[in-house]
This record gives sequence, structure tokens and C-alpha cells, in this order.
Amino acid sequence: MAPASKEIVISVRGLKNSFGEQVVHENLDLDVYRGEIIGVVGGSGTGKSVLMRSIIGLQTPDEGEITVFGEPTIGREETEATAIRKRWGILFQGGALFSTLTVAENVEVPIKEFYPQLDAVLLDEIASYKVVMTGLPADAGPKYPAELSGGMKKRAGLARALALDPELLFLDEPTAGLDPIGAAAFDELTKSLQRTMGLTVFLITHDLDSLYAICDRVAVIADKKVIAVGTIDELLALDHPWIEEYFKGPRGRAAITTQEAHEEAAQQAGAD
Amino acid sequence: MSRPAAFTDDSDTGTLRFSGSLSLATLGDLPDRLAAYDGKVERLDLSGIDRIDTIGAWTIHRFSQKNGAAIEGLSADGQHLYEQVQAADQPVRIRGEHVPAFQRVLGEIGDATVQAGRTLYGLLGFLGGTVLAFGAIIKHRRFRFNATVQQFEVVGVSALAIIGLMSFLIGIVIAQQGAVQLRQFGAEIYTINLVGRLSMRELGVLMTAIMVAGRSGSAFAAQIGTMKLTEEIDAMRTIGVSPMEALVVPRVLASTLMMIFLGFYSALIAILGGCLLCWISLGIPPVTYVQQIREVVPISDVYVGLIKAPVFGAIIGMAGCFQGMQVEANAEQVGLRTTAAVVQGIFLVIVIDAFFAVFFSSIGWL
Repeated sequence: MAPASKEIVISVRGLKNSFGEQVVHENLDLDVYRGEIIGVVGGSGTGKSVLMRSIIGLQTPDEGEITVFGEPTIGREETEATAIRKRWGILFQGGALFSTLTVAENVEVPIKEFYPQLDAVLLDEIASYKVVMTGLPADAGPKYPAELSGGMKKRAGLARALALDPELLFLDEPTAGLDPIGAAAFDELTKSLQRTMGLTVFLITHDLDSLYAICDRVAVIADKKVIAVGTIDELLALDHPWIEEYFKGPRGRAAITTQEAHEEAAQQAGAD
Repeated sequence: MSRPAAFTDDSDTGTLRFSGSLSLATLGDLPDRLAAYDGKVERLDLSGIDRIDTIGAWTIHRFSQKNGAAIEGLSADGQHLYEQVQAADQPVRIRGEHVPAFQRVLGEIGDATVQAGRTLYGLLGFLGGTVLAFGAIIKHRRFRFNATVQQFEVVGVSALAIIGLMSFLIGIVIAQQGAVQLRQFGAEIYTINLVGRLSMRELGVLMTAIMVAGRSGSAFAAQIGTMKLTEEIDAMRTIGVSPMEALVVPRVLASTLMMIFLGFYSALIAILGGCLLCWISLGIPPVTYVQQIREVVPISDVYVGLIKAPVFGAIIGMAGCFQGMQVEANAEQVGLRTTAAVVQGIFLVIVIDAFFAVFFSSIGWL
């Protein structure tokens, strides 16, 4: 379901990352197109988060070129490249909420930073509907991050990531540690935001259900590079042993069954 | 790239026609202009806009609600977005409740008092817990030798350089200040009494205690606090290892025993510093200085120092470990508790030092 225009939002070329002796990425290429949800999978320690950190400029790679919205992100200072910083939102694994601010104040931080002229009343209103939109109860607004559960922290982190109505959203394992109901709701939320706001989503996940349910394409990282990118069907057609194992192992099969059940239910609902 | 958001009004039909991109970046002063608009509004026509995001949708939503106007001309996606924003319209408080200043100050004083009482009570309980853990270790013979020796090194050996330097300088300062004052009476020779007695009885141990509180008490609190956050301590408990025995006892033991050595060492180095100054500025040769020290510093002064040192060490170690164990919830607490460990350690040391001063003089060790 990749869009017809195929405008490239993120482009990674020849990326090399290493920590001391250990090489994480070598000659890694990846393109992400506008409006798609791309899932990034790979075994533990294959450098999915490192890839994300490289793209958003937190990790300076040894070699390679990375552009986001056509602008390079490598080696840029925090105060530079504000034009792209306004256009992306990032959800870190643990939420990374500012612990001294309430949830609603957390959401206000990026807006205040980039649009200081905005009226205080409107700012509070924006924070309010963002909080509610991400599925948090209204009374979560004045709470501090320490008072929230893991799932609520993720939602609050998402609310902050979405504060500026970004075009590009990075999600690092958003459903890890959530209960299945919460995870499914999070998937649904991501999908609906992508549909309504035309978001491009870069999603790191281990959650096979998420991959089947919401990803337009999946990029597989192994052997220090992206070995394949495509829909799950396309990936399975490749006959790569790791991909087979990943998607067709016991958990993969379970996810397919769930997905089929969902589709049937949707069809029936449509027929009724 | 995209046109700024704008609107034109048609007051006859009460229709506001919007144009441009209704998104955060291009919104400009549209919300203010809308708020100031007081004409007749019945319909909001959005067919002329390029783009709309949730913030644009919210602005429209708020305006339409205020004026009871109908929305028309949105694209299917725009309509969907608008509905989502509309559905999210619930009152949310941004901050906690505001309390009047006077009431807040009273509340803070009350909280601080309760907190101080609780800390003292907790510390007392912790002292009991440490003693019990000691007892259990002796009874079951499961003394953690390696952990303890490692703490000896961290608390004691690594501190030698900095404590030595500090004590040396303090010896010089006391001697110099003393010499200046005593010279007025022609009693420069008493500088030696001053340096010798002061460093043996008070300053050697006290300054060392402050240094150990800063170096090791804080480290204890930060280490244990971080372990508490990462659930290492819970993991220990489930495996059947008592954190009191494995973490607290070695640290408290190390700070207690090492304080004895460090305190004595510090006093000696301070005397050495005094010796240097007396030699250079008063012309008293080191041999005379040492002889004089032996005459004027009674052995009870050494005992005073040696008795106080382990007590101070135990207080510092326990304050550090206790505060570390109190860490809960978030990383910010580690910082707060570390500060509390140092402040509490030094404060208690000085309080106890005052008690010791009264005690020793009443038993005749003047």
C-alpha cells in the first residue's frame, strides 16, 4: 500500500556504526516513503535503536549519509536543523518524559519551544486534546510521570511526540510491555493517526501483531544491514532462513491467525 | 511553500471563508483574530483551505462552538481529523491545584517537620536493622569478606591522597593563624600546643568525617539508590540474599573501621603541616617541634580522637545506606537522597561531636 508518489522522507546510504571493536551496521541502506508505516525488525542487538538514533542525529555514525526531508541530520547540534525538528516526533522506549513536569506540561514543551508566541490559553487547550486523543484519561493531565503506569507513560510520550502535529513519527517499541488489549489499542491509534494526519511512521517493534496489523512495509535488519524491505508477503517469498523463522515460528503463526480472524470479523461487519 | 491561514467574512450570510494552510506553522495570529471577531457567524466554509492539522481543527472547533456555527466544505480526511479532535474535547487540568502562598508555606513547614521526625525514626530503625544483620552474619558465619575488603579500598585507601592533602593544609592554616595571634603575647611556642591538641582531639577526625561523608556517604546513597531503581535489590531479596547483609553491613563496616585509620592519619599529617610552618615561619626546628608535641599532647587526646572516629564513620555509613534504601520511583530521587545522605551525615557528626566534647570534659579528659 505504498503511496504512488513515492516521495522519500528518510534516506540512509552506506551507514556504518561501531562501538569500539563491535561493528553494528555496515553499508546499511534504507528509504522510507511519505505516508507509509515502516516496521523495522531484527534480532536483539542488531542495532534497530542505533539506526533510529542515527537517523534522528543522536548517534554520529562512522560513515554514511542520512537525510530527513532532504536535509542531512548527521552531526547537527541540538539548536540546528530546527526546520526538521519541528516536523518529526519521537517516542522513546521508556517514554522519556520530563520527570519534573506534569503530563500536560510535557506535551506543551515542544510547542512552547518552537512557537513561543502562541497564546497560553490555546496552548493549554492543545495540550488537553492531545492528552485525550492519545487515549489517556482526562485526569492524567496534572499527574507526574512517576505516578503513571508503563502503558500510560507510553501514551503520554506519544502525546508529546505528536504535540507539533509532525509529519514523521518515530516509535521505538511502542507496544513492548503493554497488555495485549493496550497494545492493540495502541496499534489502532497509530493507524488512525497515520490515516487522519498523513503521518509517516518509523516503527521499531518485536510485536508480530503490530507488524501484521499496521505496517505497510517491513525492513529486516540482519548481518549489519537491511537485508530486505517489503510487505510481509514479499519478505516471505524471499526464502531467507531468518525471515522464515521470524514470521513462521510459533509466534508468527499465532499472529497470522489473529490477523485473519480480525479480517473475517471486519468483512462480516461490512457484510452486515 | 504553503500560504498562511486567513479568513474573509461575508456578514450578510454570516459565512466565514477560510483559506491557506490551517496548520501550526502557518496559523500565525489567526486564533487571536478569530477571538476578536464579533460579527454574525453562522457557517464556517473550509472548502478553500490547502491543509489542516489537529491544531487548525481545534481552533475551528473552538470558534464554531463559541458561536454555534456550522462547519462545511471539509474534505473526507479533514472531516475525519476534525471528528477526532472534536471527540478529544474534554476538560483536562494542566497543573496540580494552586494553593495560596501562606497555606502552602504552612503546609511545607508541617511536611518538613513530619519528614524530619520520620527520617530520625527510620534512621533509628535502620541502626537496629544493621545491628541485627551484624548479629545474623556472626551467627550464620556468612561474612562477605570480598565485598567488605573492596569497600575498605574504596572508602579508605583511595581517600588517602585527598585526606592527606587536606589535613596538611589545615595543619598549616592552624599554625599560621595561631602564630599570628600568639605572637602578640610573645607566646609563639604555644602554636605547637594549638596544632597538636586541636588536630588530635577535633579537627583531624572532624575534617576526615566531612570528607568521608562527601566521598563515600554520597557514593553509598547513589549506588544503593540506583540498585533500588533498577530492581536489583528486589532481585536480591527473591534469591534469598538480604540487602542489609550484602550491601549495608560491608559499607557500614568499611566506613566505621576506615574512619579510625583515616582520622588518625589525618591528625598526624596535620601535625606535620604545622611542623613545616613552625620551622619556616617561626624558626622552630622539627626536632624541637616533635619533642614539644610529645610533651603537650596527652595520650587522652589520642584516645578521644580514636573513640570518636568509628562512631562518626558508622553514622556516615548508615546515613548513606539508609538514604539509598529510601529511593523510590524515579531517578530524581537518587540525586535528592544523595544530597540528604551527605547533609544528614555531616549534621549528625557535628551534633554527636558536641555531645562527645561535653562527655570527655566531664570525665576529666580536658
